[in-house]
Formats: sequence, structure tokens, C-alpha cells
Amino acid sequence: MEYSMKELVAAAQGSTIGQAALLNEMLDTGMTEAELKKIMRDRLEVMRASVENGMDPDQRSLSGLSGGQAAKLHAAVNAGLTVSGSLMGRAAVRAMAVAECNACMGRIVAAPTAGSCGILPAAILTMQEEKGLSDDALVNALFTAAAVGAVIAQRASVSGAEGGCQAECGSAAAMTAAALVELAGGTPEMASAACGLALMNSMGLVCDPVAGLVEVPCVYRNVGSVANAMTAADMALAGICAPIPTDEIIDAMKAVGDLLPACLRETGEGGVAACPSALKAKKI
Amino acid sequence: MQLLNILGPVMIGPSSSHTAGAARIGRIAYRLLNEPVAKAEIAFHGSFAKTGSGHGTDRAVVGGLMDMETSDERLRDSIELAKKEGMEILFETVELKNAHPNTVRLRLTGASGKKLEMIAASIGGGSVEVRELDGLPISFNGTAHTLIISQKDAPGMIASVGSLLAGASVNIGTMKCAREAAGKRAIMVLELDALPNDAIVAALRAMTNISSVTLLKKLV
Repeated sequence: MEYSMKELVAAAQGSTIGQAALLNEMLDTGMTEAELKKIMRDRLEVMRASVENGMDPDQRSLSGLSGGQAAKLHAAVNAGLTVSGSLMGRAAVRAMAVAECNACMGRIVAAPTAGSCGILPAAILTMQEEKGLSDDALVNALFTAAAVGAVIAQRASVSGAEGGCQAECGSAAAMTAAALVELAGGTPEMASAACGLALMNSMGLVCDPVAGLVEVPCVYRNVGSVANAMTAADMALAGICAPIPTDEIIDAMKAVGDLLPACLRETGEGGVAACPSALKAKKI
Repeated sequence: MQLLNILGPVMIGPSSSHTAGAARIGRIAYRLLNEPVAKAEIAFHGSFAKTGSGHGTDRAVVGGLMDMETSDERLRDSIELAKKEGMEILFETVELKNAHPNTVRLRLTGASGKKLEMIAASIGGGSVEVRELDGLPISFNGTAHTLIISQKDAPGMIASVGSLLAGASVNIGTMKCAREAAGKRAIMVLELDALPNDAIVAALRAMTNISSVTLLKKLV
């Protein structure tokens, strides 16, 4: 796979990043297009099921810190009580549902990690509902997202323990933004710009899980990050791009991650996790 | 399969290290024991001990001991299922020296009375590493077909095992050896590029100085 967004965009000329990534993966693995697409389609089905499972209002995590909130948000969106409208609202509900499904020991697809698993499925499944897209289109978008994630993983990191939440939810938002652009018919350049914008807008986000558990703030960050992904995609589709190349933004994210002290990298000792109420929750 | 690793694995939440990795460790131990687990003494170290119960690490390990995959929804209820099948389970916390923060020590007794002690760590993203087997330091991760050979330390053992595999055109990817002391109990772990057939395994078992041979098929 390509090591830079620049190379990825160059390889996708006249095509899409998703298609170029698929061809590259066939060469790397020796698997056929049909085999790879079948695996990705199965993952799409797991994503779909994880949205359904996470909607259960009675579901609770082992710690009792999360569960049942996606159902609450769903009711508010349906009743027209929310400010960000139906499309954003439905995406937010799905992101929360998948993240809660994960917190409650449900089956999910790490995208790219378990803690950030709600963002990508929420965005693409909502886009499908809105625009009537085929599952094939979504499978292509999953390859787009994976290709972007591979570049970020190689240049920086997708692990909260290494790079903070910017590397998990930030990377997931960047992967999702690029996938959304391609689903909307944007160019590879636009997809790359969307990736850069989403990463820029999550720069510095720390990983601070309360009681060391993948629940608070992870569940809420999945919701915030799907909004980040959608607005980044919108800016890119409007022809806006950051005056800084995406690869440089990825490198900056790595540099920031390297500067983060250990207490802000998944140890549960800083940020929200260090709040007095969080320390009380830790004793549960 | 890099792209499929970025968008994956399919797993039971909430944590790739504390849940998926823990299940994988249990499954490797089950496969090494190679028979149903009658009794499991499960000792958690470090972060596994501190945050394990909130991550379902205990359920994940037990699910693995029942051969469940990391994506198996029964992981959530594995302890109840295991007890129903008569598995005796003891949980404890332990301080292990120089161990990775996500480490578990398993002491298993099989249905036939067969015993296994394994120390393994979940090293991130669902990947794991077995660090100690029956008291001897060793390292493998279950992503390749793995042969574990318990033997008496003696000259020519490595050559004999190597030439037998060579004769069957099975390439050895990595190989690690450890022993208690010269001429005493020793262990050999070989990660292989192909799965040796039953005849090869039987021939290994028949070798002088070899007391047991376990073939661990690679975990998906």
C-alpha cells in the first residue's frame, strides 16, 4: 500500500482511492477482487448488525457506565427535538449505537480500533439511507477508508496508547471523511483534503478513558467525530482544502502524539479520567 | 491483508487488547491442552488485574478456553456456559516479575488430568504473545502453524527435528529453544510456513528423547 496520501491520490487518478486500494490489495495478497469484496461485505453486515444491537434501550455495560443512550438520542431525533437536523442526527444515533454495542460486549468491526468503531459505519449507513446507495458502493467506500487508515497507521499511528484519541477517533474521522467524499462522487484530491481537514480538527485530542474502560469519553467521542467527518467531507466537496498538504497534517498528528505524556495516552490517569467524579466511578 | 487489518478485526467489544486478545490467549491455551478444560486457575497481572472485569477480560479468557473465537457472541456469557459444562474456574490477581501490563497466567487441568501452565500477554490490537510454557521461557503468537516439542535436552535434537521437517518440505519460519539445564527438560517451538501432516507429527512423537508434541494450527 502507498505510504502517503499524495501517492494514494496519484494511484487513483481517473478512478477512486477505493478502487486503487482494492487493486493494490489484490496484488499484495494474491486474493481475487471477489474474495476481498466478500470479506468487506461481511464486515459491512457486522457493522449494520452492530447499529441494531446498540439501539437496545435496556443494554448496559459491565461497569454500568454506558448503554441505552443511543435509544434516547434516537427518540429525540425522531421527535424533532435536536438542533443539527435529521441527517446529522441519524448519523449521531448510529455512531452512539455502535460504540455502545462495543461497550456492552457486542460484536463490532474495529474501524480502525474498537474504541473508534462507531464513526465509519454511522456515516456510510446514514449516507446510504439518505441517497439510496447500493451495498457495492458502500463496500468501495470501506476500501477507501481502509486505504486512508493504512497511510495514517504507517506514517503515524491508530493506537490511543501511542498517539492519543486523535490517532483513534481522529483517524477514524479522517478515514470516514474520505469515504464520504467518494460516496458523494468527489475526486481523489477532495477525498484527501477531507482526510486532512478531519485530522486537523481533531489534532491534540487525548485518550483519557474513565476507569481505564472503553466507555467514557469514547462513546461520546464517536458521536462528535462523525460530525467532524461529515463537515470535513462537506468542506472538501465544496472545493475547500486546507493550505497544508494532508501528509504534513498526518505527520503533525504523529509529532503531537509523541509529545503527549503517558497520562494522556490510554492509561486513564489524565484528562476526563482524572476528574474527581471519574475517580469515584473508578471505585465501582 | 493489511487493509483488512485496518478495517478489522470483527470482534466482541469493548477492547481489542483486554477482550479480543484475552479470548485469543484462552483459545491458544485450550488448543495446546488439546482436550476440554476441567479446571482453570486464571491469574491476572497489571492492567488485566486492574481493569479486566470492566472489559470482560475474565469472560473472554474463559470463552477462549472453550475454543470461542474473538467474534463469538457467547463470550459475554462464557463463565455461566463453562460452569454449566462443569469447568471449575478460579480467578486471582498476581504480581509477575518483568511482565507486560496485560498478562495472564493460566494453570489448566484437562478432562484426562493433563496439566498445562502458560503465561501470555496481550500486546495490542488483539495480537498476543505466549511468553512462558510449563515454566520455560518461550515466545510465539499463534499466527503461524506452531509445533511445540517437549524433550530431554540432548545433542542432535534440533538437527533430527529439522531434517524430518525438511524431508516433508515444511519450511521452518522461526525456531526457539529453552531448557531447564543441560541434559534436563527442554522445549522447542517452531513456527512453520505449512501444516505438517499426521505422519510427520507421529514420527516426531516416536523420536527418542521427545516426551510430547503439540501442533497448534494457526488461528485466523
